[in-house]
Amino acid sequence: MCAVRDLVKTYPPARGRRGTPATPEVRATDGISLDVRRGEIFGLLGPNGAGKSTLVRQLTGLMRPDSGSVDILGHDLVRHPERASRLIGYLGQESTALDELTVALAAETTGRLRGLPVREARAERDAVLDELGLTEIAGRPLKKLSGGQRRLACVAAALVGERPVLVLDEPTTGMDPVARRAVWAAVDRRRAERGATVLLVTHNVIEAETVLDRVAVIERGKVIACDTPAGLKERVAGEVRVELVWRERAPLEIPEVAALRASAQESGRRWALRLAPDEARAAVAAVTGGAAFAALDDFSLATPSLEDVYLALGGGATKGLVKA
Amino acid sequence: MSAIGAVAGAAATLAPRARLFPSLAAVYRAQLSRARVARIPLLFVATFQSIGIMVLMRGVVDGGSEARAVVAGSSVLVVAFVALNLLAQYFGQLRAGGGLDHYATLPVPPAAVVLGAAGAYASFTVPGTVVTAVTGSVLFGLPMVHLWVLVAVVPLSGAALSGLGAALGLLAPRQEIATLLGQLGMSAALLLGVLPADRLPEPIGWARDLLPSTYGVEALSRSFDAHPDWAVVALDLAVCAVVGVASLAVATWAYRRAAVR
Repeated sequence: MCAVRDLVKTYPPARGRRGTPATPEVRATDGISLDVRRGEIFGLLGPNGAGKSTLVRQLTGLMRPDSGSVDILGHDLVRHPERASRLIGYLGQESTALDELTVALAAETTGRLRGLPVREARAERDAVLDELGLTEIAGRPLKKLSGGQRRLACVAAALVGERPVLVLDEPTTGMDPVARRAVWAAVDRRRAERGATVLLVTHNVIEAETVLDRVAVIERGKVIACDTPAGLKERVAGEVRVELVWRERAPLEIPEVAALRASAQESGRRWALRLAPDEARAAVAAVTGGAAFAALDDFSLATPSLEDVYLALGGGATKGLVKA
Repeated sequence: MSAIGAVAGAAATLAPRARLFPSLAAVYRAQLSRARVARIPLLFVATFQSIGIMVLMRGVVDGGSEARAVVAGSSVLVVAFVALNLLAQYFGQLRAGGGLDHYATLPVPPAAVVLGAAGAYASFTVPGTVVTAVTGSVLFGLPMVHLWVLVAVVPLSGAALSGLGAALGLLAPRQEIATLLGQLGMSAALLLGVLPADRLPEPIGWARDLLPSTYGVEALSRSFDAHPDWAVVALDLAVCAVVGVASLAVATWAYRRAAVR
Protein backbone atom coordinates (compact mmCIF):
# COMPACT_ATOMS: atom_id res chain seq x y z
CA MET A 1 0.00 0.00 0.00
CA CYS A 2 2.97 2.24 0.54
CA ALA A 3 5.81 1.23 -1.72
CA VAL A 4 9.09 3.10 -1.98
CA ARG A 5 11.60 2.04 -4.63
CA ASP A 6 15.24 3.06 -5.02
CA LEU A 7 14.75 6.53 -3.62
CA VAL A 8 17.81 8.71 -4.06
CA LYS A 9 18.31 12.27 -2.92
CA THR A 10 21.67 13.99 -3.00
CA TYR A 11 22.38 17.32 -1.35
CA PRO A 12 24.86 19.30 -3.42
CA PRO A 13 28.17 20.23 -1.83
CA ALA A 14 28.12 23.58 -0.05
CA ARG A 15 30.94 26.05 -0.40
CA GLY A 16 32.38 27.25 2.88
CA ARG A 17 31.53 30.75 4.02
CA ARG A 18 32.87 32.70 6.88
CA GLY A 19 32.03 30.73 10.01
CA THR A 20 30.61 27.75 8.12
CA PRO A 21 33.01 25.15 6.76
CA ALA A 22 32.44 23.64 3.32
CA THR A 23 30.49 20.39 3.25
CA PRO A 24 30.93 17.67 0.65
CA GLU A 25 28.07 16.22 -1.40
CA VAL A 26 25.78 14.11 0.80
CA ARG A 27 23.59 11.23 -0.34
CA ALA A 28 20.84 11.69 2.23
CA THR A 29 18.78 8.81 0.86
CA ASP A 30 20.87 6.33 -1.03
CA GLY A 31 18.63 3.87 -2.87
CA ILE A 32 15.98 3.28 -0.20
CA SER A 33 13.25 0.70 -0.86
CA LEU A 34 10.45 -0.03 1.62
CA ASP A 35 7.04 -1.68 1.70
CA VAL A 36 4.60 -0.60 4.38
CA ARG A 37 1.41 -2.61 4.76
CA ARG A 38 -2.02 -1.17 5.35
CA GLY A 39 -2.88 -0.73 9.02
CA GLU A 40 0.70 -1.12 10.11
CA ILE A 41 2.69 1.02 12.53
CA PHE A 42 5.97 1.15 10.71
CA GLY A 43 9.05 2.76 12.17
CA LEU A 44 12.14 4.36 10.76
CA LEU A 45 14.91 4.03 13.32
CA GLY A 46 18.33 5.53 13.04
CA PRO A 47 20.72 8.05 14.55
CA ASN A 48 20.56 11.80 13.92
CA GLY A 49 21.50 12.63 10.38
CA ALA A 50 20.82 9.11 9.06
CA GLY A 51 18.44 10.44 6.43
CA LYS A 52 15.11 9.64 8.12
CA SER A 53 13.65 13.11 7.84
CA THR A 54 14.85 13.50 4.25
CA LEU A 55 13.09 10.24 3.42
CA VAL A 56 9.91 11.41 5.11
CA ARG A 57 10.01 14.74 3.29
CA GLN A 58 10.11 12.88 0.00
CA LEU A 59 7.15 10.73 1.03
CA THR A 60 5.08 13.77 1.93
CA GLY A 61 5.76 15.63 -1.30
CA LEU A 62 7.89 18.30 0.41
CA MET A 63 11.00 17.28 -1.49
CA ARG A 64 11.47 15.81 -4.92
CA PRO A 65 13.73 12.77 -5.06
CA ASP A 66 16.50 12.74 -7.67
CA SER A 67 15.28 9.31 -8.74
CA GLY A 68 13.08 6.47 -7.52
CA SER A 69 9.37 6.09 -6.95
CA VAL A 70 6.88 6.56 -4.11
CA ASP A 71 3.50 4.89 -4.38
CA ILE A 72 0.98 5.48 -1.61
CA LEU A 73 -2.45 3.85 -1.82
CA GLY A 74 -2.13 3.64 -5.59
CA HIS A 75 -0.96 7.23 -6.13
CA ASP A 76 2.39 8.08 -7.65
CA LEU A 77 3.62 10.84 -5.35
CA VAL A 78 6.79 11.61 -7.29
CA ARG A 79 4.73 12.58 -10.29
CA HIS A 80 1.87 14.11 -8.25
CA PRO A 81 3.42 15.47 -5.03
CA GLU A 82 0.35 17.69 -4.50
CA ARG A 83 -1.75 14.59 -3.77
CA ALA A 84 0.32 13.81 -0.66
CA SER A 85 -1.56 16.38 1.42
CA ARG A 86 -4.87 14.70 0.55
CA LEU A 87 -3.65 11.25 1.63
CA ILE A 88 -1.27 11.93 4.48
CA GLY A 89 -1.54 13.65 7.83
CA TYR A 90 1.97 14.93 8.53
CA LEU A 91 3.59 15.99 11.76
CA GLY A 92 6.91 17.71 11.08
CA GLN A 93 9.60 18.58 13.57
CA GLU A 94 8.93 22.32 13.57
CA SER A 95 6.01 24.19 15.09
CA THR A 96 6.91 27.67 13.78
CA ALA A 97 3.67 28.06 11.84
CA LEU A 98 1.51 27.37 14.91
CA ASP A 99 3.60 28.86 17.71
CA GLU A 100 1.62 32.04 18.24
CA LEU A 101 -1.83 30.43 17.98
CA THR A 102 -3.75 29.01 20.89
CA VAL A 103 -3.91 25.21 21.08
CA ALA A 104 -7.58 25.24 20.07
CA LEU A 105 -7.10 27.59 17.14
CA ALA A 106 -4.05 25.69 15.90
CA ALA A 107 -6.08 22.48 15.77
CA GLU A 108 -9.15 24.12 14.28
CA THR A 109 -7.25 26.06 11.61
CA THR A 110 -5.27 23.00 10.58
CA GLY A 111 -8.54 21.06 10.29
CA ARG A 112 -10.07 23.75 8.12
CA LEU A 113 -6.99 23.83 5.92
CA ARG A 114 -7.40 20.05 5.55
CA GLY A 115 -10.71 20.86 3.92
CA LEU A 116 -13.14 20.47 6.83
CA PRO A 117 -16.13 22.82 7.07
CA VAL A 118 -16.11 25.08 10.16
CA ARG A 119 -18.60 23.00 12.15
CA GLU A 120 -16.78 19.71 11.56
CA ALA A 121 -13.39 21.27 12.19
CA ARG A 122 -14.63 22.49 15.59
CA ALA A 123 -16.18 19.16 16.50
CA GLU A 124 -13.01 17.28 15.58
CA ARG A 125 -10.89 19.84 17.39
CA ASP A 126 -12.87 19.29 20.60
CA ALA A 127 -12.70 15.52 20.24
CA VAL A 128 -8.94 15.44 19.61
CA LEU A 129 -8.11 17.92 22.39
CA ASP A 130 -10.16 15.80 24.77
CA GLU A 131 -8.52 12.60 23.56
CA LEU A 132 -5.04 13.98 24.18
CA GLY A 133 -5.91 15.67 27.46
CA LEU A 134 -5.33 19.18 26.12
CA THR A 135 -8.75 20.67 26.91
CA GLU A 136 -7.50 22.52 29.98
CA ILE A 137 -4.77 24.36 28.08
CA ALA A 138 -6.83 24.85 24.90
CA GLY A 139 -6.87 28.62 25.34
CA ARG A 140 -3.12 29.08 25.76
CA PRO A 141 -0.75 29.98 22.93
CA LEU A 142 1.69 27.22 21.95
CA LYS A 143 4.60 29.56 22.58
CA LYS A 144 3.78 29.73 26.28
CA LEU A 145 3.69 25.95 26.74
CA SER A 146 6.49 23.60 27.76
CA GLY A 147 8.25 21.68 24.99
CA GLY A 148 6.32 18.47 25.59
CA GLN A 149 2.94 20.19 25.74
CA ARG A 150 3.71 22.14 22.58
CA ARG A 151 4.62 18.91 20.82
CA LEU A 152 1.36 17.37 22.02
CA ALA A 153 -0.58 20.33 20.62
CA CYS A 154 1.16 19.79 17.26
CA VAL A 155 0.13 16.13 17.38
CA ALA A 156 -3.45 17.28 17.97
CA ALA A 157 -3.25 19.53 14.90
CA ALA A 158 -1.89 16.64 12.84
CA LEU A 159 -4.79 14.40 13.87
CA VAL A 160 -7.66 16.81 13.08
CA GLY A 161 -9.08 15.92 9.66
CA GLU A 162 -8.86 12.20 9.03
CA ARG A 163 -6.25 10.78 6.68
CA PRO A 164 -5.63 7.12 5.75
CA VAL A 165 -1.87 7.55 6.30
CA LEU A 166 -0.16 9.34 9.18
CA VAL A 167 3.49 10.32 8.94
CA LEU A 168 4.84 11.41 12.30
CA ASP A 169 8.38 12.70 12.63
CA GLU A 170 9.47 12.11 16.23
CA PRO A 171 6.03 12.79 17.70
CA THR A 172 6.86 12.27 21.37
CA THR A 173 10.04 14.34 21.68
CA GLY A 174 10.16 16.01 25.08
CA MET A 175 6.91 14.49 26.34
CA ASP A 176 6.29 13.08 29.79
CA PRO A 177 5.10 9.45 30.06
CA VAL A 178 1.43 10.45 30.40
CA ALA A 179 1.52 12.48 27.20
CA ARG A 180 3.40 9.73 25.38
CA ARG A 181 0.80 7.20 26.36
CA ALA A 182 -1.97 9.52 25.18
CA VAL A 183 -0.26 9.86 21.79
CA TRP A 184 0.21 6.12 21.34
CA ALA A 185 -3.37 5.44 22.40
CA ALA A 186 -4.64 8.00 19.88
CA VAL A 187 -2.47 6.60 17.10
CA ASP A 188 -3.50 3.05 17.90
CA ARG A 189 -7.18 4.01 17.93
CA ARG A 190 -6.90 5.40 14.42
CA ARG A 191 -5.27 2.21 13.28
CA ALA A 192 -7.76 -0.10 15.00
CA GLU A 193 -10.96 1.79 14.22
CA ARG A 194 -10.21 3.35 10.87
CA GLY A 195 -7.44 1.17 9.46
CA ALA A 196 -4.97 4.04 9.34
CA THR A 197 -1.37 3.28 8.42
CA VAL A 198 1.27 4.99 10.49
CA LEU A 199 4.82 5.76 9.49
CA LEU A 200 6.87 6.87 12.42
CA VAL A 201 10.30 8.39 12.65
CA THR A 202 12.09 7.79 15.90
CA HIS A 203 15.53 7.57 17.35
CA ASN A 204 14.22 6.19 20.59
CA VAL A 205 14.89 2.44 20.78
CA ILE A 206 12.66 1.72 23.75
CA GLU A 207 9.71 3.38 22.05
CA ALA A 208 10.49 1.51 18.85
CA GLU A 209 10.32 -1.82 20.67
CA THR A 210 7.00 -1.15 22.31
CA VAL A 211 4.88 0.53 19.64
CA LEU A 212 6.13 -0.58 16.23
CA ASP A 213 4.87 -3.51 14.18
CA ARG A 214 7.89 -3.38 11.92
CA VAL A 215 10.96 -1.26 11.83
CA ALA A 216 13.50 -0.26 9.20
CA VAL A 217 16.91 0.61 10.55
CA ILE A 218 18.43 3.41 8.53
CA GLU A 219 21.99 4.50 8.46
CA ARG A 220 23.76 6.89 6.12
CA GLY A 221 20.82 6.92 3.74
CA LYS A 222 20.47 3.16 3.45
CA VAL A 223 18.12 0.59 4.98
CA ILE A 224 20.47 -1.74 6.82
CA ALA A 225 17.71 -3.99 8.23
CA CYS A 226 13.93 -4.25 8.12
CA ASP A 227 11.88 -6.63 10.29
CA THR A 228 9.63 -6.79 13.35
CA PRO A 229 11.38 -5.66 16.56
CA ALA A 230 11.32 -9.29 17.76
CA GLY A 231 12.67 -10.52 14.42
CA LEU A 232 15.50 -8.03 14.59
CA LYS A 233 16.31 -9.03 18.12
CA GLU A 234 16.52 -12.70 17.09
CA ARG A 235 19.55 -11.80 15.04
CA VAL A 236 21.44 -11.27 18.24
CA ALA A 237 19.47 -13.82 20.28
CA GLY A 238 22.65 -15.76 21.01
CA GLU A 239 24.01 -12.84 22.96
CA VAL A 240 23.52 -11.41 26.40
CA ARG A 241 24.01 -7.85 27.42
CA VAL A 242 26.18 -7.35 30.50
CA GLU A 243 26.37 -3.97 32.16
CA LEU A 244 28.98 -3.25 34.79
CA VAL A 245 29.17 -0.11 36.90
CA TRP A 246 32.40 0.45 38.81
CA ARG A 247 32.57 2.40 42.05
CA GLU A 248 35.32 4.75 40.98
CA ARG A 249 37.25 3.18 38.15
CA ALA A 250 37.74 -0.26 36.63
CA PRO A 251 40.39 -2.32 38.47
CA LEU A 252 42.50 -2.90 35.38
CA GLU A 253 45.28 -4.44 37.43
CA ILE A 254 43.11 -7.59 37.64
CA PRO A 255 43.79 -9.60 34.48
CA GLU A 256 40.17 -10.82 33.99
CA VAL A 257 38.90 -7.25 34.05
CA ALA A 258 41.65 -6.06 31.73
CA ALA A 259 40.67 -8.83 29.31
CA LEU A 260 37.00 -7.76 29.33
CA ARG A 261 37.93 -4.22 28.49
CA ALA A 262 38.64 -5.13 24.87
CA SER A 263 35.00 -5.98 24.20
CA ALA A 264 33.43 -3.31 26.41
CA GLN A 265 31.80 -0.07 25.38
CA GLU A 266 32.95 2.36 28.02
CA SER A 267 31.15 5.47 29.18
CA GLY A 268 32.68 6.78 32.36
CA ARG A 269 32.28 4.22 35.15
CA ARG A 270 29.87 2.23 33.03
CA TRP A 271 30.82 -0.69 30.80
CA ALA A 272 28.44 -2.40 28.39
CA LEU A 273 29.33 -5.76 26.85
CA ARG A 274 27.59 -8.05 24.38
CA LEU A 275 28.71 -11.60 25.05
CA ALA A 276 27.81 -15.18 24.29
CA PRO A 277 25.95 -16.76 27.28
CA ASP A 278 28.91 -18.78 28.58
CA GLU A 279 31.25 -15.84 28.19
CA ALA A 280 28.77 -13.70 30.08
CA ARG A 281 28.61 -16.24 32.88
CA ALA A 282 32.39 -16.30 33.10
CA ALA A 283 32.57 -12.51 33.07
CA VAL A 284 30.00 -12.20 35.85
CA ALA A 285 31.82 -14.84 37.87
CA ALA A 286 35.08 -12.97 37.39
CA VAL A 287 33.78 -9.60 38.53
CA THR A 288 31.57 -10.82 41.36
CA GLY A 289 34.22 -12.98 42.94
CA GLY A 290 37.55 -11.93 44.30
CA ALA A 291 39.19 -8.52 44.20
CA ALA A 292 37.12 -7.10 41.35
CA PHE A 293 33.93 -7.27 43.44
CA ALA A 294 35.23 -4.61 45.81
CA ALA A 295 35.49 -2.17 42.91
CA LEU A 296 32.08 -3.09 41.46
CA ASP A 297 29.12 -0.85 42.22
CA ASP A 298 26.40 -2.58 40.23
CA PHE A 299 25.93 -5.06 37.42
CA SER A 300 23.10 -6.35 35.27
CA LEU A 301 22.41 -9.07 32.72
CA ALA A 302 19.74 -8.60 30.10
CA THR A 303 18.47 -10.00 26.83
CA PRO A 304 19.47 -7.77 23.94
CA SER A 305 17.46 -4.68 23.00
CA LEU A 306 17.04 -3.03 19.63
CA GLU A 307 20.05 -0.95 20.51
CA ASP A 308 22.18 -4.10 20.58
CA VAL A 309 20.70 -5.11 17.24
CA TYR A 310 21.65 -1.76 15.92
CA LEU A 311 25.20 -2.14 17.21
CA ALA A 312 25.43 -5.68 15.82
CA LEU A 313 24.32 -4.41 12.41
CA GLY A 314 27.41 -2.28 12.39
CA GLY A 315 25.76 1.02 13.20
CA GLY A 316 28.71 3.11 14.25
CA ALA A 317 26.97 6.31 15.19
CA THR A 318 25.30 5.13 18.40
CA LYS A 319 25.41 8.54 19.95
CA GLY A 320 22.26 9.51 18.05
CA LEU A 321 20.16 6.79 19.60
CA VAL A 322 18.21 7.62 22.71
CA LYS A 323 17.35 5.22 25.47
CA ALA A 324 14.47 6.62 27.47
CA MET B 1 1.99 -3.38 -3.21
CA SER B 2 0.56 -5.45 -0.38
CA ALA B 3 -2.11 -8.11 -0.68
CA ILE B 4 -4.84 -5.81 0.64
CA GLY B 5 -3.82 -3.06 -1.71
CA ALA B 6 -3.82 -5.48 -4.64
CA VAL B 7 -7.32 -6.68 -3.81
CA ALA B 8 -8.57 -3.14 -3.45
CA GLY B 9 -7.05 -2.56 -6.88
CA ALA B 10 -7.90 1.04 -7.66
CA ALA B 11 -6.17 3.95 -6.01
CA ALA B 12 -7.61 5.30 -2.77
CA THR B 13 -9.94 8.27 -3.03
CA LEU B 14 -8.27 11.52 -2.17
CA ALA B 15 -9.62 13.71 0.61
CA PRO B 16 -11.13 16.92 -0.77
CA ARG B 17 -8.98 19.99 -1.27
CA ALA B 18 -9.55 22.95 1.00
CA ARG B 19 -11.40 25.56 -1.05
CA LEU B 20 -9.91 29.00 -1.58
CA PHE B 21 -12.27 31.23 0.40
CA PRO B 22 -12.87 29.05 3.46
CA SER B 23 -9.14 28.41 3.83
CA LEU B 24 -8.37 32.07 3.21
CA ALA B 25 -10.80 32.93 5.99
CA ALA B 26 -9.19 30.36 8.29
CA VAL B 27 -5.67 31.69 7.65
CA TYR B 28 -6.89 35.27 8.04
CA ARG B 29 -8.53 34.51 11.36
CA ALA B 30 -5.49 32.64 12.66
CA GLN B 31 -3.15 35.44 11.59
CA LEU B 32 -5.35 38.07 13.16
CA SER B 33 -5.28 36.21 16.47
CA ARG B 34 -1.49 35.98 16.18
CA ALA B 35 -1.34 39.68 15.56
CA ARG B 36 -3.44 40.34 18.64
CA VAL B 37 -0.83 38.65 20.83
CA ALA B 38 2.38 39.55 19.09
CA ARG B 39 1.86 42.68 17.06
CA ILE B 40 0.01 45.21 19.21
CA PRO B 41 3.21 46.68 20.70
CA LEU B 42 4.64 47.03 17.21
CA LEU B 43 1.50 48.74 16.02
CA PHE B 44 1.93 51.32 18.76
CA VAL B 45 5.50 51.81 17.64
CA ALA B 46 4.35 52.29 14.04
CA THR B 47 1.72 54.85 15.04
CA PHE B 48 3.96 56.82 17.38
CA GLN B 49 6.71 56.82 14.79
CA SER B 50 4.37 58.40 12.26
CA ILE B 51 2.98 60.91 14.74
CA GLY B 52 6.53 61.77 15.82
CA ILE B 53 7.54 62.44 12.23
CA MET B 54 4.55 64.76 11.78
CA VAL B 55 5.40 66.66 14.97
CA LEU B 56 8.99 67.09 13.71
CA MET B 57 7.83 68.26 10.30
CA ARG B 58 5.39 70.69 11.93
CA GLY B 59 8.37 72.88 12.71
CA VAL B 60 9.53 72.90 9.07
CA VAL B 61 6.32 72.85 7.09
CA ASP B 62 3.62 75.49 7.48
CA GLY B 63 0.76 74.21 5.42
CA GLY B 64 -0.41 73.88 1.86
CA SER B 65 0.59 70.99 -0.36
CA GLU B 66 3.64 70.14 1.76
CA ALA B 67 1.55 69.64 4.88
CA ARG B 68 -0.77 67.35 2.93
CA ALA B 69 2.18 65.31 1.71
CA VAL B 70 3.51 64.96 5.25
CA VAL B 71 0.17 63.83 6.71
CA ALA B 72 -0.59 61.46 3.82
CA GLY B 73 2.95 60.07 3.81
CA SER B 74 2.95 59.48 7.57
CA SER B 75 -0.42 57.73 7.42
CA VAL B 76 0.62 55.37 4.63
CA LEU B 77 3.90 54.79 6.47
CA VAL B 78 1.93 52.89 9.13
CA VAL B 79 0.73 50.56 6.36
CA ALA B 80 4.28 50.18 5.04
CA PHE B 81 5.64 49.40 8.50
CA VAL B 82 3.21 46.58 9.19
CA ALA B 83 2.33 45.24 5.74
CA LEU B 84 5.72 45.48 4.13
CA ASN B 85 8.28 45.31 6.90
CA LEU B 86 6.60 42.98 9.38
CA LEU B 87 5.17 40.67 6.73
CA ALA B 88 8.55 40.32 5.01
CA GLN B 89 10.01 39.41 8.41
CA TYR B 90 7.21 36.96 9.12
CA PHE B 91 7.53 35.06 5.87
CA GLY B 92 11.32 35.11 6.09
CA GLN B 93 11.11 33.63 9.56
CA LEU B 94 8.48 31.08 8.53
CA ARG B 95 10.60 29.93 5.65
CA ALA B 96 13.82 29.72 7.67
CA GLY B 97 12.13 27.93 10.57
CA GLY B 98 10.54 25.22 8.44
CA GLY B 99 7.08 26.63 9.15
CA LEU B 100 6.13 26.57 5.48
CA ASP B 101 6.14 22.75 5.67
CA HIS B 102 3.04 22.96 7.80
CA TYR B 103 1.07 24.71 5.06
CA ALA B 104 2.75 22.76 2.26
CA THR B 105 1.52 19.46 3.68
CA LEU B 106 -2.08 20.67 3.84
CA PRO B 107 -4.30 20.69 0.72
CA VAL B 108 -4.64 24.45 0.81
CA PRO B 109 -4.27 26.75 -2.23
CA PRO B 110 -1.04 28.81 -1.96
CA ALA B 111 -3.03 31.95 -2.68
CA ALA B 112 -5.11 31.36 0.47
CA VAL B 113 -2.00 31.34 2.68
CA VAL B 114 -0.46 34.43 1.10
CA LEU B 115 -3.71 36.42 0.84
CA GLY B 116 -4.84 35.41 4.32
CA ALA B 117 -1.59 36.55 5.90
CA ALA B 118 -1.37 39.69 3.77
CA GLY B 119 -5.00 40.56 4.48
CA ALA B 120 -4.55 40.12 8.22
CA TYR B 121 -1.44 42.32 8.30
CA ALA B 122 -3.14 44.94 6.12
CA SER B 123 -6.26 45.04 8.32
CA PHE B 124 -4.11 45.39 11.35
CA THR B 125 -2.85 48.72 10.05
CA VAL B 126 -6.35 50.27 10.01
CA PRO B 127 -6.48 51.75 13.53
CA GLY B 128 -2.95 53.14 13.33
CA THR B 129 -3.55 54.71 9.93
CA VAL B 130 -6.81 56.33 11.05
CA VAL B 131 -5.27 57.69 14.26
CA THR B 132 -2.30 59.07 12.32
CA ALA B 133 -4.46 60.69 9.62
CA VAL B 134 -6.78 62.33 12.16
CA THR B 135 -3.91 63.52 14.38
CA GLY B 136 -2.13 64.91 11.34
CA SER B 137 -5.21 66.73 10.10
CA VAL B 138 -5.64 68.36 13.49
CA LEU B 139 -1.94 69.19 13.76
CA PHE B 140 -1.74 70.85 10.36
CA GLY B 141 -5.32 72.16 10.27
CA LEU B 142 -6.35 70.11 7.25
CA PRO B 143 -10.00 69.34 6.44
CA MET B 144 -11.19 65.90 7.53
CA VAL B 145 -14.32 65.71 5.34
CA HIS B 146 -12.76 63.42 2.77
CA LEU B 147 -10.83 61.16 5.14
CA TRP B 148 -13.34 58.41 4.28
CA VAL B 149 -11.09 57.83 1.28
CA LEU B 150 -8.94 55.84 3.74
CA VAL B 151 -11.52 53.07 3.26
CA ALA B 152 -10.01 52.58 -0.20
CA VAL B 153 -6.45 53.75 0.48
CA VAL B 154 -5.70 51.32 3.33
CA PRO B 155 -6.81 48.09 1.63
CA LEU B 156 -5.37 48.99 -1.78
CA SER B 157 -1.99 50.25 -0.63
CA GLY B 158 -2.13 47.46 1.94
CA ALA B 159 -2.52 44.92 -0.86
CA ALA B 160 0.35 46.42 -2.84
CA LEU B 161 2.72 46.70 0.12
CA SER B 162 1.86 43.38 1.75
CA GLY B 163 2.24 41.61 -1.60
CA LEU B 164 5.64 43.20 -1.91
CA GLY B 165 6.51 42.31 1.69
CA ALA B 166 5.42 38.69 1.29
CA ALA B 167 7.33 38.34 -1.98
CA LEU B 168 10.50 39.81 -0.42
CA GLY B 169 10.20 37.55 2.61
CA LEU B 170 9.68 34.43 0.52
CA LEU B 171 12.30 35.18 -2.12
CA ALA B 172 15.11 36.29 0.19
CA PRO B 173 17.68 33.51 0.43
CA ARG B 174 18.11 34.01 4.15
CA GLN B 175 16.01 35.25 7.03
CA GLU B 176 18.36 38.15 7.80
CA ILE B 177 18.10 39.34 4.24
CA ALA B 178 14.30 39.19 4.38
CA THR B 179 14.40 41.39 7.49
CA LEU B 180 16.85 43.76 5.83
CA LEU B 181 14.75 44.08 2.67
CA GLY B 182 11.64 44.75 4.74
CA GLN B 183 13.46 47.49 6.67
CA LEU B 184 14.81 49.04 3.48
CA GLY B 185 11.38 48.99 1.88
CA MET B 186 9.94 50.75 4.88
CA SER B 187 12.74 53.34 4.93
CA ALA B 188 12.05 54.03 1.26
CA ALA B 189 8.35 54.47 1.99
CA LEU B 190 9.28 56.82 4.82
CA LEU B 191 11.69 59.05 2.91
CA LEU B 192 9.95 59.05 -0.44
CA GLY B 193 6.46 59.29 0.98
CA VAL B 194 6.86 61.91 3.69
CA LEU B 195 9.29 64.33 2.01
CA PRO B 196 7.44 66.64 -0.41
CA ALA B 197 7.93 65.43 -3.99
CA ASP B 198 8.94 68.73 -5.64
CA ARG B 199 11.99 69.08 -3.41
CA LEU B 200 13.49 65.74 -4.37
CA PRO B 201 16.29 65.42 -6.95
CA GLU B 202 15.14 63.88 -10.23
CA PRO B 203 16.52 60.30 -9.93
CA ILE B 204 15.00 59.99 -6.45
CA GLY B 205 11.76 61.27 -7.94
CA TRP B 206 11.81 58.29 -10.31
CA ALA B 207 12.38 55.93 -7.42
CA ARG B 208 9.40 57.58 -5.77
CA ASP B 209 7.28 56.84 -8.83
CA LEU B 210 8.33 53.18 -8.67
CA LEU B 211 7.28 52.67 -5.07
CA PRO B 212 3.67 51.45 -4.82
CA SER B 213 3.03 53.30 -1.56
CA THR B 214 3.54 56.60 -3.42
CA TYR B 215 0.19 56.20 -5.16
CA GLY B 216 -1.59 55.63 -1.88
CA VAL B 217 0.11 58.74 -0.49
CA GLU B 218 -0.88 60.79 -3.55
CA ALA B 219 -4.50 59.64 -3.39
CA LEU B 220 -4.77 60.52 0.29
CA SER B 221 -3.00 63.83 -0.11
CA ARG B 222 -5.32 64.90 -2.97
CA SER B 223 -8.34 64.18 -0.80
CA PHE B 224 -7.35 67.04 1.50
CA ASP B 225 -8.36 69.50 -1.27
CA ALA B 226 -11.63 71.32 -0.79
CA HIS B 227 -12.80 69.89 -4.15
CA PRO B 228 -10.63 66.86 -4.83
CA ASP B 229 -10.14 65.67 -8.40
CA TRP B 230 -11.69 62.26 -7.85
CA ALA B 231 -10.67 60.96 -11.27
CA VAL B 232 -6.98 61.38 -10.40
CA VAL B 233 -7.55 59.89 -6.96
CA ALA B 234 -9.21 56.89 -8.60
CA LEU B 235 -6.30 56.56 -11.02
CA ASP B 236 -3.80 56.56 -8.15
CA LEU B 237 -5.79 53.91 -6.36
CA ALA B 238 -6.05 51.88 -9.56
CA VAL B 239 -2.24 51.82 -9.73
CA CYS B 240 -2.19 50.51 -6.16
CA ALA B 241 -4.71 47.84 -7.08
CA VAL B 242 -2.77 46.71 -10.15
CA VAL B 243 0.51 46.59 -8.21
CA GLY B 244 -1.34 44.75 -5.44
CA VAL B 245 -2.63 42.07 -7.79
CA ALA B 246 0.77 41.70 -9.46
CA SER B 247 2.79 41.58 -6.24
CA LEU B 248 0.39 39.14 -4.59
CA ALA B 249 0.66 36.92 -7.66
CA VAL B 250 4.46 37.06 -7.41
CA ALA B 251 4.22 36.30 -3.69
CA THR B 252 2.00 33.29 -4.40
CA TRP B 253 4.49 32.04 -6.95
CA ALA B 254 7.33 32.61 -4.47
CA TYR B 255 5.42 30.68 -1.82
CA ARG B 256 4.96 27.71 -4.13
CA ARG B 257 8.65 27.81 -4.96
CA ALA B 258 9.71 28.07 -1.31
CA ALA B 259 7.34 25.35 -0.10
CA VAL B 260 8.60 22.53 -2.32
CA ARG B 261 12.35 22.27 -2.51
